[in-house]
Amino acid sequence: MSVNEEIVSDLVANKIEFVTSVPCKQLAGVIDTIEACPEIFHIPSNKEDEGMGLCAGAFMGGKRPAIIMQNTAIGVTINTLATLIQFYRMPLPMLISYRGELGEPVACQVEMAVHTKALLAQFNIPTYHFHHQDDVNELDAILKHTFMCNKPVAILTDASFWKEC
Amino acid sequence: MIRSEILRDIAPLLCDHLVVCNIGLPSQELHMIDDQPTNFYMLGTMGLSSSIGLGLALAQDKKVIAIDGDGSVLTNFGTLSTIANNCADNFILLIIDNGSYGSTGDQPTYAGKKTSLTAVALACGCENVIECQAEETGAVLKSALEGDKMTIIVSKCKSGNIKVPVIIMDPVVIRDRFMTAVKA
Repeated sequence: MSVNEEIVSDLVANKIEFVTSVPCKQLAGVIDTIEACPEIFHIPSNKEDEGMGLCAGAFMGGKRPAIIMQNTAIGVTINTLATLIQFYRMPLPMLISYRGELGEPVACQVEMAVHTKALLAQFNIPTYHFHHQDDVNELDAILKHTFMCNKPVAILTDASFWKEC
Repeated sequence: MIRSEILRDIAPLLCDHLVVCNIGLPSQELHMIDDQPTNFYMLGTMGLSSSIGLGLALAQDKKVIAIDGDGSVLTNFGTLSTIANNCADNFILLIIDNGSYGSTGDQPTYAGKKTSLTAVALACGCENVIECQAEETGAVLKSALEGDKMTIIVSKCKSGNIKVPVIIMDPVVIRDRFMTAVKA
């Protein structure tokens, strides 16, 4: 099983049926796999805060949601995370491509990478970092944890993780 | 007519359906006029009423009315293209367009100037867009509820506010009560 198939199979096993995404090069494969997955309704968003609104609605409608986005989106969604997802205590797995780490060719990506973990820590968001391909083995437990505690949870996936895949 | 008068007018139509209500005065007014477990009040997060409403409509079969404002739609403009391209026939977006940011002191919005939200919604690909005057909102909403077509209503009204208390209900209580009503 490819890592993209592994990720999607964990989503399906955890009954995640509603996924929104704003694309990133590193996430292209997983987004394609989700789009092709009959158990998941995939709805692209124009902006990540809009996506979190869609996820909040889907959750209240009885569907488990997830969002796929780049770490730059942490900057976009800070207010939504605090005043919607956290304030109303909603679960939200966030599969995040962690741009600006080792192997990054675009200097500007580093500017947001240096703030990513600090912002997530400031917001008390449980954060997991996938650096090696084997780290994906934790995804199933992370998803269960997210829906147990009703919190937004960040899964940062860096270039080294995707390079090994 | 101002927004609170429209809400008073349509409250008997809203109470049988799931309602997602915009941040600030619209939620406070609806809460004061006719608090229902089927109302989801936004206490923060300007702009996301239509997105929450669409997500809710796509996730289950009951009819959903998202009450939004012109200022909030302007702040989340992408929503109209997402709505157009992910049709949910149980979804009605009611934009109460008073041409101003009501909750912050009636500063003018661009929707009250050159920008037509009706034209934007149509350009985004929304197929069923109805612009009406405030007084017609009830009749337009009633026929939208009777039809099974996703509908965007742009209700043009005067700006102005009434005195309303803030909502002190805990957000988790609002959410839990709402989710119980969704499942009922």
